Amino acid sequence: MNYFPDEVLEHVFDFITSHKDRNSVSLVCKSWYKIERYSRQRVFIGNCYSISPERLIARFPGLKSLTLKGKPHFADFNLVPHDWGGFVYPWIEALAKSRIGLEELRLKRMVVSDESLELLSKSFVNFKSLVLVSCEGFTTDGLAAIAANCRFLRELDLQENEVDDHRGHWLSCFPESCTSLISLNFACLRGEVNLGALERLVSRSPNLKSLRLNRAVPLDTLQKLLMRAPQLVDLGIGSYVHDPFSEAYNKLKIAIQRCKSIRSLSGFLEVAPHCMSAIYPICGNLTFLNLSYAPGLHGNKLMKLIQHCRKLQRLWILDCIGDKGLGVVALTCKELQELRVFPSDPFEAGNAAVTEEGLVLVSAGCPKLNSLLYFCQQMTNAALITVAKNCPNFIRFRLCILDPIKPDPVTNQPLDEGFGAIVQSCKGLKRLSLSGLLTDQVFLYIGMYAEQLEMLSIAFAADSDKGMLYVLNGCKKLRKLEIRDCPFGDAALLEDVGKYETMRSLWMSSCEVTLGGCKAVAEKMPSLNVEIIDESEQMEFNLDDKQKVDKMYLYRTLVGHRKDAPEYVWIL
Amino acid sequence: MSPPLLGVEEEVQSSVSSPSVECISENGMGLKERNYLGLSDCSSVDSSGVSSNLNLATELRLGLPGSQSPERETEFCLLNLGKLDEKPLFPLLPSKDGICSSSQKNVVTGNKRGFSDTMDGFSEVKGYVYTEKSWMFHEAGSDSESPQSVGHGKYPGNSGVNVILSTRSPGVQASVKQDEPANVLQEQPRATNGTSLKQTVISNNTTGAPAAKAQVVGWPPIRPFRTKTLAASSKNNDEVDGKPGPGAVFVKVSMDGAPYLRKVDLRTYSTYQELSSALEKMFSCFTLGQCGSHGTAGKEILSESRLKDLLHGSEYVVTYKDKDGDWMLVGDVPWEMFIETCKRLKIMKSSDAIGLAPRAVEKSKANNKKEFGYGC
Repeated sequence: MNYFPDEVLEHVFDFITSHKDRNSVSLVCKSWYKIERYSRQRVFIGNCYSISPERLIARFPGLKSLTLKGKPHFADFNLVPHDWGGFVYPWIEALAKSRIGLEELRLKRMVVSDESLELLSKSFVNFKSLVLVSCEGFTTDGLAAIAANCRFLRELDLQENEVDDHRGHWLSCFPESCTSLISLNFACLRGEVNLGALERLVSRSPNLKSLRLNRAVPLDTLQKLLMRAPQLVDLGIGSYVHDPFSEAYNKLKIAIQRCKSIRSLSGFLEVAPHCMSAIYPICGNLTFLNLSYAPGLHGNKLMKLIQHCRKLQRLWILDCIGDKGLGVVALTCKELQELRVFPSDPFEAGNAAVTEEGLVLVSAGCPKLNSLLYFCQQMTNAALITVAKNCPNFIRFRLCILDPIKPDPVTNQPLDEGFGAIVQSCKGLKRLSLSGLLTDQVFLYIGMYAEQLEMLSIAFAADSDKGMLYVLNGCKKLRKLEIRDCPFGDAALLEDVGKYETMRSLWMSSCEVTLGGCKAVAEKMPSLNVEIIDESEQMEFNLDDKQKVDKMYLYRTLVGHRKDAPEYVWIL
Repeated sequence: MSPPLLGVEEEVQSSVSSPSVECISENGMGLKERNYLGLSDCSSVDSSGVSSNLNLATELRLGLPGSQSPERETEFCLLNLGKLDEKPLFPLLPSKDGICSSSQKNVVTGNKRGFSDTMDGFSEVKGYVYTEKSWMFHEAGSDSESPQSVGHGKYPGNSGVNVILSTRSPGVQASVKQDEPANVLQEQPRATNGTSLKQTVISNNTTGAPAAKAQVVGWPPIRPFRTKTLAASSKNNDEVDGKPGPGAVFVKVSMDGAPYLRKVDLRTYSTYQELSSALEKMFSCFTLGQCGSHGTAGKEILSESRLKDLLHGSEYVVTYKDKDGDWMLVGDVPWEMFIETCKRLKIMKSSDAIGLAPRAVEKSKANNKKEFGYGC
């Protein structure tokens, strides 16, 4: 390979697109490192504090697309205080000052201010794509800046963000000259939108393929939009409430039938179930259906809808579908690969309408199933063992029994054997979330069998340090480990601190680790940031090493302690 | 079952033991008083919704180490608010189940009443209270006892329990708010040295019957965005569709002369008798004057087909509004059909019920009972 000129190698590297592979390529030799870094356009940074924007810019001058993740995963469940960190502004500022021609920015769990959005919109002439997932800190004013200033914007995708909605005018900020939109998703906005502006925008966007509306877009506007954009591939319906005998509804039926390309359907934030028959004509082509925000849709109407969806590959649904409904899914959706069943009433544990039966039915009927997120009332070992046999292809298996320490209700045993069967059977398992009553045994199984496991989430499980040790010793590919409310202490934490450098991060909350233990890790491993999050201010008064630490988050980093941590975060 | 609302509104992440520490029932020490959590003590008690009276019903109860949960037998009465020395208001798990075994893990519930038992030497154990889903539960006959968690090992205590005390306003999930914890923290009693929790609780794992409600911070692991959106959707859809998912059939129950309505989940009952006992318990305090000794009559086994018989001796009948909007007398159709068609319940005075159930009138006439009404 030394005989090839750089350009050839570069061309070869063009075909290597996965981040992992490109990272590997760059490690081969200095020459490859150099070629790779100049040709690299897309960079993924799983923890924004592991590297600094300056170093990123220095290494990849050709950067066009940046993906950043901020807060740890458990921030999704309110375990991380509000202003812990994950600010995107410094990144945008640094990129803006450089000569990087940023075109795409994808952020997850980061704090995004209006200021950052404005700076972003003004700094990169060719900026094309903004994707924000579970972010917060911005208002529709920031969106207005993006709309107004990004002349070649193709994608504005807002997924489940907390946006302060100042109502509607941001849509009007797309200039008349903006005709490049391919994807527009504002389903998470809670306020009104300027419907006229929306219609005009859609009219002048011939390339629009993905459109996800928010609750404020009524049925008659939907009909008009569909008439103007029959080429849509992905549709998110906002409000779907209407009188089935009205003219608007009839028009909608006609409009929908013209949309022969729709493969993905979501939304139904407000739904009148008796109007669902209008959707049937496109159901046969759907590969993705997300009804997880539509509690109004259940029972027979829901089942009838599902029965039309024979090509479904991904289904996101609420548990009001029930075991019976899952049976219908099993009979109908033979191509199903991903299933997510969310609880419609999460805090009323007794009302979850799905049990192990539904899961078993789906596993039997859908052999291609490889990704699962399942909130249920209960689970049995027998069911898990059956599921493991039926579906050995799981890549992601996330089970959440609403009662977090519930044993197998039939045998009263912990669920060790069931999960053990899953990890043993699913050799390609990369992500696992456990729940239910679990002892150290399940971790023995995980350590033994889960060779490809990259992410593990544990809550209310195990009996002793052994559990954690089995995992740390066994799972060679582990990247993210998050633990809450388990009896793991310093012995487990300190057994092999070198391991943490091979991982992205470790989260431990409400466990048995002490301040002394955390300090020991920090001391031995300068390449890790060990953060103690303690809002109760106990740390200030009581620096006893034996003090138990409420929340610890440690991650590998090349740039040492971060400077933007709030008061209650101690970096050891 | 839409429970009466809890005091503290926000989700609390507390590194101290739960607020109940302050108001612990001290039965184990021989005292009979029951000091419901947060009743008068916690200024953070917020009676969102109908009446602060209702908060009493769902205060979190945790016991001191070593104490056992008290027997609860007395009837629930909404009006007995201020009388803390009254007997407990509604049935909970019997005390035998309050015994915590060393190996049990527990989960905290803030929203519903619960009880906790603590074990000596369990200072390590995290205190989580499993509470029953609702007090009606007991009446419905599906006991939630028999804690099944064969638990394992210690539950590590740490700097404290994470307690969620959340209100459940109708239609709104216990949503998380992140800007309140500091406030509530201050109002709460200090930590027991901040490390271990001195309380342990039974984890009440049940099979078929509606399980206890777990209210631990961050559990179940769902993004707040989702719960908020769902709550908003549910609210809207109730107006559209009028019926929540098949998992629960909540209907409003009103009673003439009562200051506020209640809601019951019809699915928690399997016979008319269960329903009527529950209703009677719910509303008996409003008719104390009239019911008098007849209050207990409802507990006798009576014919299932005539709900009115259960209000033996009172002037009230139970009626319901069906899908067509007509007001009907409860008890005529098979139970399953009733659940499907019932939209609302109303306990009305017999005198207002004229015309609803001609047969009833005829029957009473035929039996030569006293004036209108379902005589004793």
